[in-house]
Formats: sequence, structure tokens, C-alpha cells
Amino acid sequence: MAGTVLPFGPQHPVLPEPLHLNLTIEDEIVVAAMPAFGYVHRGLEKLADIRDFRQMIQVVERVCGICSMIHALTYCQGLEELLGVEPPRRARFLRVIWSELHRLHSHLLWLGLFADAMGFESLFMQLWKIRERIMDINEATAGNRVILSVNVIGGVRRDLDAGQTGWLLTELAEVEKGINALGRTILSDYTVQQRTRGKGVIGGRQALEFGCVGPMLRASGVSQDIRLLGYAAYGELDFAPVVEQDGDCHARCRVRFAELGQSIDLIRQALAKLPAGDLSVPVKGRPEGETVVRAEQPRGECLYYIKANGGRFLERLRIRTPTFANIPALTAMLPGLELADVPVVLLSIDPCISCTER
Amino acid sequence: MSIAADSISCVELCRAVAACKEKGCRFVTITCVGADSAGAELLYHFDRELALSHLRLTVSGDEVPSISGIYAAAFLVENEIQDQFGLVFTGLAPDYRRTLFLDGQESPPPFRRDRGPDQGE
Repeated sequence: MAGTVLPFGPQHPVLPEPLHLNLTIEDEIVVAAMPAFGYVHRGLEKLADIRDFRQMIQVVERVCGICSMIHALTYCQGLEELLGVEPPRRARFLRVIWSELHRLHSHLLWLGLFADAMGFESLFMQLWKIRERIMDINEATAGNRVILSVNVIGGVRRDLDAGQTGWLLTELAEVEKGINALGRTILSDYTVQQRTRGKGVIGGRQALEFGCVGPMLRASGVSQDIRLLGYAAYGELDFAPVVEQDGDCHARCRVRFAELGQSIDLIRQALAKLPAGDLSVPVKGRPEGETVVRAEQPRGECLYYIKANGGRFLERLRIRTPTFANIPALTAMLPGLELADVPVVLLSIDPCISCTER
Repeated sequence: MSIAADSISCVELCRAVAACKEKGCRFVTITCVGADSAGAELLYHFDRELALSHLRLTVSGDEVPSISGIYAAAFLVENEIQDQFGLVFTGLAPDYRRTLFLDGQESPPPFRRDRGPDQGE
């Protein structure tokens, strides 16, 4: 007998975003999974036809709320390359600080949602309580909790004063204390391990063939992190990618948890080395040519292709977001699982449908 | 400024992509730079240990060979390009037949400059 096709999403109690999969199941076991899209597609790339290249910063910030600043950073770096502009050193360090704040609040958001998907509500609330401190830092330093509109072509438009720097370090110490207190529960709790170990396994070779990125790839033993390219000020900071070998949901959880500590460390390093100087350089002219630029978002590699012909409007803007790269692997990870494990495995890739349906 | 990309033809595409896979490259994505009545231009992006490489394919019609048989991950972006640019990927599996983002009704490809919605067709 052919299996039953079960639409999973786009509206589903466990899904924080309208992800839609058509699952073929036989006796509660998934035998095939096909992604479906179009529920919230916005066509933001097409807006490049009617918004000039400076206005597009505000558009790309809205590709994804969680990585808004890093989308703008990637876009601005591409435009800076085409216009032959080098942002000041202080701006490059500030970009690192806000990028890592984004990573912190994104990973805390994900860990909370992951705990919620397992029915562990008290852990979910504790993690989001810690996340609130990061959101407060975002608001105090960038003016907004989520959409951090700090990037401009040629630098940044906001600065940190000495008072804010000291306060930020104090807040980070509290965040670190909170994270460490929850570490044992997140990583060693019996229920968490039962729900995540050995589920949704994907090996390193398979992850590479499926084009996986970010924590998905690193949890499968592949040491790849786009920050190692040294963009912004990452080249002047000391860090190594967090890598796990198991390739299951628990490994992806461990990678993101360890990256919380790494982000705090990177912010401290960047604050310690934060040079004095200008925030941006003046930009003249219009972009011409084509470029490909990448950055590491909380969910992984993001790629922008930008083509300009010297006019106000870009000829082509293409955005490949990390979730778009991680979704094909679901077609290999889900078959063979019990239906009850699907929500946990789905959430383990940290799906962002706002990104995917940009 | 332009990207350093190896120009290839449709006939060479699958062999060139298979060579990338043999070298251990990660498939990054495909960018359709543009498509009109004269043809289409596509860029295939690959990564190997953080170094990007690109293949530039120029086709004269609407048909492009699919690479989903070599890199399964390509099915998603090839279906996206079918929706947006109206190109047809031969051998694509699974093929959503322009319903990945669109609702299945006959509609002009939104990114096509020659017969997109801006042209009133």
C-alpha cells in the first residue's frame, strides 16, 4: 500500500515559522519528505529594480529579522568592493560586535525553541530570559531590538561610547553566568539526550554533498566557518570553528551552545582591541561590475551576488540564505524517522522561512 | 570588476560539475544573472575549503541541463529559477513544474525582462 501524504505545516503548533513539508508516512514512519514553499514569499530580490542601491540596505535588513544586521553587512561589503571603498577600522570592529550579538540572540532563541519542541518549557523560558539581556543591549547600542540598522556603505552609523562599553561587558558577564548555569541541563539532561541523540543523522561527506552550511555542517565534523575569511575585523581576532562529529540533533545543539561562549569571547576581544577613529568614509559614484560576497550568519553561510551597471538600480541582486542551503538535506535526514521525532529534527536545522522565502 | 569564472557550454556543464564533485567541492548555489529572448546566463558557485570557484554558462534558448543528478541539493535552486525566470531544467528531479513559489496557474516569470509582469503580458 502506498504511504499516506501528510502535510506538515505551514501552520503547525510546533513550528515557529511557516515551514511546509509533505511527509509520506507508513505506519508512523517517514518514508519521504518533500519541502514546499510559496506561503509567505515576498520577492525582495525583485525590489532591486525599483529601489536604488542605497535604499536596498533597508530592504535586505528585512530578509530576516534574526540576522538583519548581517544581511546588511554582507550587502554593504559587496557594494564597498564594487565602489572601491575601505571602511574604517573602528567600523569593522563594531560590525563584529553587532554580528556576534546577533549570533548570541539567534542561538539563544533557537535553543529555547528547541527546548519547547521537546516539551521542556521551563528551559525554554530560562533561555529566553537570558536572551532578553542581549535584546536590551541591541536596543541600547543600535536603537532597535531586532532590526539593527547600523550598516551603511563605507562603515557604520552608530558608535559605542565608553559608558556603553563597560555596561556591555557587565551584561555579557551576566549572560555568560546564565548560560553556564543551564549548560548541564541542555547538554546532559536525560530527556534531552533521549530526544536528540541519534536523530536526524547526517555524516560529513553527505552534508557537504547536500551543500549544508553553518552549525549543520560543523556538527557533522566539517570545520568550515566563513568568518575565517577574515571579513570585517574577524581576521584580527583569535577563534577556531566549533566542530562536533556525531552529525545528529544533539551535536547540532552542542555546536550552537559552544558558539554562545565563542561569541561572548569574540565580543570581548573586539571591545579590547576597538580602535579610535571614524565610523565611515564618504562614498561617491555608482557601483559597476559584479561580485560575490559571503558572511557567516547564525545559521551559516550567506551569499550575495551583486551585479551593477553604473546606474541607480542594481542589475541583479541574488541572495542565497543559509536555510535555503540546509533544506535539501532534510530530504535525506527525515526518511526512517518516527513522525514524533520530525519536529525536533526539523528545528535542529534552525529553519528560517523568512530567509528562504525572501 | 567581474568574477573570475570558467565559461562553459551546455554540453560541458555536467562534466564540469561532476569534476567539481570529484574534487570534494561543496555546491553553494546557482545564480541566474538574467534571461531574455536572446538566452540566459547562469553562474554555478562551488566552495572548497573556503575558496569559491564559479562556472559561467551561457545558453541561447530556455533549456538548461539539470545538475540535480550530480548534486541533489541543486533541485531547490533549479526549481526556483524555473519559477522566477521561466527556464526549463531538463532532467530535473524532483520537478515542481513552476509551483515551488507560484500557485500553479500560468503566470509570467517575474524576473524575466522580455516577458515578465512588467511587460504587461
